[in-house]
Amino acid sequence: MEWEAVIGLEIHAQLATKSKIFSGASTAFGAEPNTQACAVDLALPGTLPVFNAEALRMAVMFGVAIDAEIGHISVFDRKNYFYPDLPKGYQTSQLFHPIVGIGHIDIELEDGTTKRIGVTRAHLEEDAGKSLHEEFPSMTGIDLNRAGTPLLEIVSEPDMRSAEEAVAYVKKIHAIVTNLGICDGNMAEGSFRCDCNVSVRPKGEEKLGNRTESKNINSFRFIEKAIKGEIVRQIDLIEDGHTITQETRLYDANKDETRSMRSKEEANDYRYFPCPDLLPIVIDDEYVEQIRSCLPELPDARKARFLEQFKLSDYDAMVLSAYRELGGYFETVANTAGDAKLAANWVMGELSKHLNQNDTDITVSPVTAEMLGGLLLRIKDNTITGKIAKQVFEAMWAGDGNADEVIEAKGLKQVTDTGAIESLVDDVIAANQTQVDQYVNAEPEKRGKMIGFFMGKVMQASQGKANPGQVQGLLKQKLDALAN
Amino acid sequence: MSLDRTDVEKIAHLARLDIAEQDIQEYAENLTDILDLVDQMQAVDTTDIKPMAHPMDAIQRLRIDEVTEGNQRDQLQTVAPAVEAGLFQVPKVIE
Amino acid sequence: MFEKTLAELAQGLASGEFSSVELTRSYLDRIKAEDGALNSFITVTETQALAQAEAADQRRAAGDAHAFTGLPIAHKDIFCTQGVRTSCGSRMLDNFISPYNATVIDNFNTAGAVSLGKTNMDEFAMGSSNESSFYGPARNPWNNDCVPGGSSGGSAAAVAGRLAPAATGTDTGGSIRQPAALCGITGLKPTYGRVSRYGMIAYASSLDQGGPMARTAEDNAMMLNVMAGFDPKDSTSIDKAVPDYTLTLNNSLKGLKIGLPKEFFSGEIDPQITAQVQSAIREFEALGATVKEISLPNTHLAIPAYYIIAPAEASSNLSRFDGVRYGHRCEDPANLEDMYKRSRGEGFGEEVKRRIMVGTYALSEGFYDAYYKKALQIRRLIQQDYVNALAEVDIIMGPTTPHPAFKLGEKSSDPIAMYMEDIFTISLNLAGMPGMSIPCGFTNGLPVGLQLIGNYFAEERLLNAAHQFQQATDWHKQTPAS
Repeated sequence: MEWEAVIGLEIHAQLATKSKIFSGASTAFGAEPNTQACAVDLALPGTLPVFNAEALRMAVMFGVAIDAEIGHISVFDRKNYFYPDLPKGYQTSQLFHPIVGIGHIDIELEDGTTKRIGVTRAHLEEDAGKSLHEEFPSMTGIDLNRAGTPLLEIVSEPDMRSAEEAVAYVKKIHAIVTNLGICDGNMAEGSFRCDCNVSVRPKGEEKLGNRTESKNINSFRFIEKAIKGEIVRQIDLIEDGHTITQETRLYDANKDETRSMRSKEEANDYRYFPCPDLLPIVIDDEYVEQIRSCLPELPDARKARFLEQFKLSDYDAMVLSAYRELGGYFETVANTAGDAKLAANWVMGELSKHLNQNDTDITVSPVTAEMLGGLLLRIKDNTITGKIAKQVFEAMWAGDGNADEVIEAKGLKQVTDTGAIESLVDDVIAANQTQVDQYVNAEPEKRGKMIGFFMGKVMQASQGKANPGQVQGLLKQKLDALAN
Repeated sequence: MSLDRTDVEKIAHLARLDIAEQDIQEYAENLTDILDLVDQMQAVDTTDIKPMAHPMDAIQRLRIDEVTEGNQRDQLQTVAPAVEAGLFQVPKVIE
Repeated sequence: MFEKTLAELAQGLASGEFSSVELTRSYLDRIKAEDGALNSFITVTETQALAQAEAADQRRAAGDAHAFTGLPIAHKDIFCTQGVRTSCGSRMLDNFISPYNATVIDNFNTAGAVSLGKTNMDEFAMGSSNESSFYGPARNPWNNDCVPGGSSGGSAAAVAGRLAPAATGTDTGGSIRQPAALCGITGLKPTYGRVSRYGMIAYASSLDQGGPMARTAEDNAMMLNVMAGFDPKDSTSIDKAVPDYTLTLNNSLKGLKIGLPKEFFSGEIDPQITAQVQSAIREFEALGATVKEISLPNTHLAIPAYYIIAPAEASSNLSRFDGVRYGHRCEDPANLEDMYKRSRGEGFGEEVKRRIMVGTYALSEGFYDAYYKKALQIRRLIQQDYVNALAEVDIIMGPTTPHPAFKLGEKSSDPIAMYMEDIFTISLNLAGMPGMSIPCGFTNGLPVGLQLIGNYFAEERLLNAAHQFQQATDWHKQTPAS
């Protein structure tokens, strides 16, 4: 039987506010335990929440960006359950009146077509603290620094049919929230997390199968692996005559498998009701329009512009438009160097390789966009060859200065003196009589390929500094003269 | 609406309250009485009446996004039942 | 000295008749001597009180005194007070030394007031008799076999027993007005949002409101001047200018329109109470007011709606008491669930557990619409009754309670009978309007309270009417034999 997977995703994006959603404590990551948990975050008796204006603005920005309905009246509800890292015994969330209603995004599929994925809703809520199970032998430690960090929970329609589509959707949402500047997108630190709802059904069947929810997956790769694994697990079970239990599962990246979370098996009754400590949020059209008018350029729009303005390939345009910082970097390099294709190659090649290898964010790259643009200018004006440029890049990365300083200091300037090149060419021709004979005796149309051997020798002799165009011209001239 | 022992046990579990075995019956009776009292509401037709969660139809005020609270860990943890290395301690949670 | 009102004590301090240290010392001595019988205080903060008094005297000497500087008062033990145990009448918080101050406490500190200590109360403000307190019941100074009312019973007993000239209270369903009535003092529940709830331990967030309790309306006005005001830390606090409530106390009542809801004068009421209330209303007529009968047709639904809304909110508000970050934790928990259940089972008393369970049930899956949503709809009906009535009249009057103070233990085994004592007070919390109780007579040697209800933010008018009544009568000056 042919099976079809049905996938819906819940993404939790931490909003990049300075302070918490309901208190004035800092949201900065990585502080000592409980040093960023104030009386409100600890839910001391008598404390009360006051809503952060910036969290509202960011949530509305997201809604506008995905062309969603914005709830004119939005209400916070309490989701009641007991857990040690949930200080109030309830999570302040939104069930009945979320801030962002129905919207959508478009994802690009491998075959080049696009698919529209529905966003059911996005609502504001507070993050919980962290339970540390490994620190002590018989106790669990509770750190409430994260408690109260604003989250935007983005819920998709079950519109995805494969792990690849799901990842494309997650990447697109990731690109939108980072471009808007409302989330730092750091998946390793948990700023952007994903729950995957997966079910399978025979192809052509309308009715949905029982679904499982895999919680808190924190990388694109793990999302893909977890969903793929879960689809296979469910199909195997059904084909063996079992039924799928509706349950929450935990993805174990080390074992690359999901497993049932037994402790949460018990059906919970969250007893949602409107939070009486907070009043309804009223959003008027003027507020929404003001946000719409200042919205930064989004990935889809930027991609279209890159295609039009820089004539990039579809793939290059997509990669370079996904992140605001990357897109901005690329544009500066392209404008400085006056060559978009060359800029795209370097940004996606040498630069990305260095960033990845050194786990460095583009915003703090030791080679700035201006520096890289300056380097490319030297390739364009034949001061250096592309090969030497890689050496210069290494030196710039190491902090040896800008391109011109490195070229000067290391004497990497390309040799363009015709006399000097001619003597190198003559030396190579004299030293390789066998290959010269082969060239001379070859059919004229096959000689083009054979010239590469001599090119390599001359470039080697010049330590890469000879201008390749000049070398090729001279070689062809002299070898052809011998042949005739 | 009449509540029995099972209902009381279920509610007490949801609310994480330890109830003595011998008190369950009394709670069941008390809760049943209270629910009978509140059931007077059911006689009223409230179709089309907007629920009123707050006394005045006020709207939420917004706080400027700034950090106003510094590290108060030492002061706030003086009242904690069990703390080690700055972490609140609870019996081991098994996930 | 103990017969002086706050206003008179303020004069004594201003004229140098006595210092704040002398005044404070006298009250501390009196509490020591008398509170054994009344049990109106949970914690007496002698050292802090004397330090505050000394600071107040210095402030006065420096010419920087506020109207309240140096006046000793008591606080209901529901207001978080930094460095002082704040128990909320519960074993759960018996070990809780608050690391921060409620806004109300901060306001009194800023004004230079002296805090004598923290008064007894029903556990987490759930009760109408003070009997649910972990620290034992406070007693009624008029008859020590009787309850002082609740939940602010300790505050009412302390003021009536002359152990403090004034005290703070909170009112969720009548918790200021009912004990004020039962103890023969004057108490005011302000408009919801008028006094900050920050640091006031929540029972039912959408109903709770702090307010003053003292012997006279004038003293209530002085207290409210300090307590009222916008607080950016409380989202439900209302940003509206606070008048000086003492300035309008002497306005004439000529032309004041009083409404008497027929529902407040029928059913199971002590006939003596009805008689005293009617005689008080004749006094208002003599002062120039006019009287008409009105109707609040949904009054009978107030207790049902309240006993869904308040327990539902409470069940969630009290979830934070889990033994993790503060408060009672059971000995040697076997696991996490055991810690939760035993800590909460041991930390909370019976009435608190009962209300948590009612609220948990009302919010649980499948019952939300039938209970919680329904109660919120009824709440609007009740509010509309008041809005309609107050479009016709300036002040609504009636008895504060159907009965005078009852005997300790008389109703404690019958929760429903206890709930019915709040029949006249509870609807006002649902509507959010301000209300007062002032002494207006006695039945069998026990005080009777007259309730005054006004429109949103009509505290000035209520205090003015109450003050004029108190200028013409001396019920508020009666003192229980000690």
